[in-house]
Amino acid sequence: MKYLCLLFSEEAAWGRMSKAEQDAGVQQYAAYSADLKASGHYVTGQRLQPVSSATVVRMRDGKMSTTDGPYAETKEQLGGYYLIEAKDLNEALQVASRCPGAHHGSIEVRPLFEM
Amino acid sequence: MTGLEDVYRRESRRVFATLVRLLGDFDLAEEALHDAFVAAMEQWPTDGVPANPRAWLVSTGRFRAIDALRKRARFDRALASAHVPIADHAIADHAIADRSIADRSIADPEMTDSEMTRWQVGPLADDRLRLIFTCCHPALPPDARVALTLREVCGLTTEEIARAFFVPAPTIAQRIVRAKSKIRDARIPYQVPAREDLAERLDTVLHVIYLVFNEGYSATSGTEVTRGTLSTEAIRLMRLVVELLPEPECLGLLALMLLHESRRDARTSADGEVVLLADQDRHRWDRAAIDEGAALVTRALGGRPVGPFALQAAIAAVHAGAPESTATDWDEIVGLYEWLVRLEPTPIVALNRAVAIAMRDGPTAGLALIDEILARGELSEYQFAHSARADLLRRLGRRAEAEAAYRRALTLAAQTPEQRFLRRRIEMLVTEAGREDERERRQRPENVRSHS
Repeated sequence: MKYLCLLFSEEAAWGRMSKAEQDAGVQQYAAYSADLKASGHYVTGQRLQPVSSATVVRMRDGKMSTTDGPYAETKEQLGGYYLIEAKDLNEALQVASRCPGAHHGSIEVRPLFEM
Repeated sequence: MTGLEDVYRRESRRVFATLVRLLGDFDLAEEALHDAFVAAMEQWPTDGVPANPRAWLVSTGRFRAIDALRKRARFDRALASAHVPIADHAIADHAIADRSIADRSIADPEMTDSEMTRWQVGPLADDRLRLIFTCCHPALPPDARVALTLREVCGLTTEEIARAFFVPAPTIAQRIVRAKSKIRDARIPYQVPAREDLAERLDTVLHVIYLVFNEGYSATSGTEVTRGTLSTEAIRLMRLVVELLPEPECLGLLALMLLHESRRDARTSADGEVVLLADQDRHRWDRAAIDEGAALVTRALGGRPVGPFALQAAIAAVHAGAPESTATDWDEIVGLYEWLVRLEPTPIVALNRAVAIAMRDGPTAGLALIDEILARGELSEYQFAHSARADLLRRLGRRAEAEAAYRRALTLAAQTPEQRFLRRRIEMLVTEAGREDERERRQRPENVRSHS
């Protein structure tokens, strides 16, 4: 069964980190991705550009409305995702708990509809 | 056929738990359980009761469920090959959903004899323990965990659960439906958690088991004070948990339940009336349960960290250790309540502490504390706060106030025997008020639920 792990964290924290800390962070994610591939859980995953680069589109009454970034008031932002394959929720939660982001942010684990 | 009723009462939830594991779905398992008992009703009167009724019921239920799924799958295939108007999406979607369930179940290999016996071996293999960890999964909202466990593991009706938690029945029904959907959609597995997750998962399980015990020990309404089956079930489940994980809090909860249970026979009179702790015939207490409970308390208090269940068990053990109520070591009990109120600063713990202080230092001290708690408004709807207050007022000779407090408690009492008890108290006060002589009544501990 596939689960989407949505990685939420405080985006501004990245900017406050030193270059060495940022490099270490990137290393941790690379190691985590490699682990997931080795264990067969990995389907895909990407880091997202900052919320400041986001645009929200809505169609209302046939008219398109466009606004910048979502939910600026929330403390944590969506910063990336992993799509994983796991046999059940317990396994998915185990996998998610090992993600570097779980230590400073939070991870929402969502099952996909099976097609 | 009373034999079958007996089997139903004893085995239905175990059979259900095993069917949930085998079929992977609550609703399918419920249907299969029903079919199995229908089959038993038809066959047992002529063929006789099988040697192992539980295995027979599981095997029959599972067979019926798979048979029904195969028929449905065949029907769906026939439907798909027929010229069904393509617009009928509802039927097509339904067929797809059903087939995926059928495939999953049929993929399960046919049951062998060794599998049949494997169901019943060892505590780790207990399907109800597995099911309780599923029902208490942290991915489910806390109120849904309790409702689901009582419904699916213990077989309580939605209405009974609603009464136990003072919540409307449709709310409980909705919680259960949503929880079941999440179990299915997010695929929450039927398993005892891995050792590294066990400790954190245990806390919710302990609270649920204690609620089940209390529902059985002191049913929230109806004409019977005690419902032995539920309490026995809770103790049985707790023994399994203790075997799996002998943490101090697990030992403490098992001890607490055994010590309460030891007084079951003594807490109601032959005519079904409530008998308070102080008035109970202590020869009717179950010595074996007390000894087992007291030994568990010693083990629990020797471990770290000491938690609320271990402390409550220690308090129950002090009561159980007193040969008569006047010999109760109230100083020890007050000390334990002070420890407990630091760990768990709830109004109910504060109320129990107030009653213990009243027993040690006299009614005036206790009354002041209870009035403080009531003034905060937290327990104004709690029957036992008012009846405890009434008792202290009675002992202080403040009859009119005592009567008013008993009447307030009476309006909040849900159980008939408890209502009768409170009415007797009121009558007694009214009769006494008519008398000239006023004699000091013997002091008694009264009306604190966790002590009775």
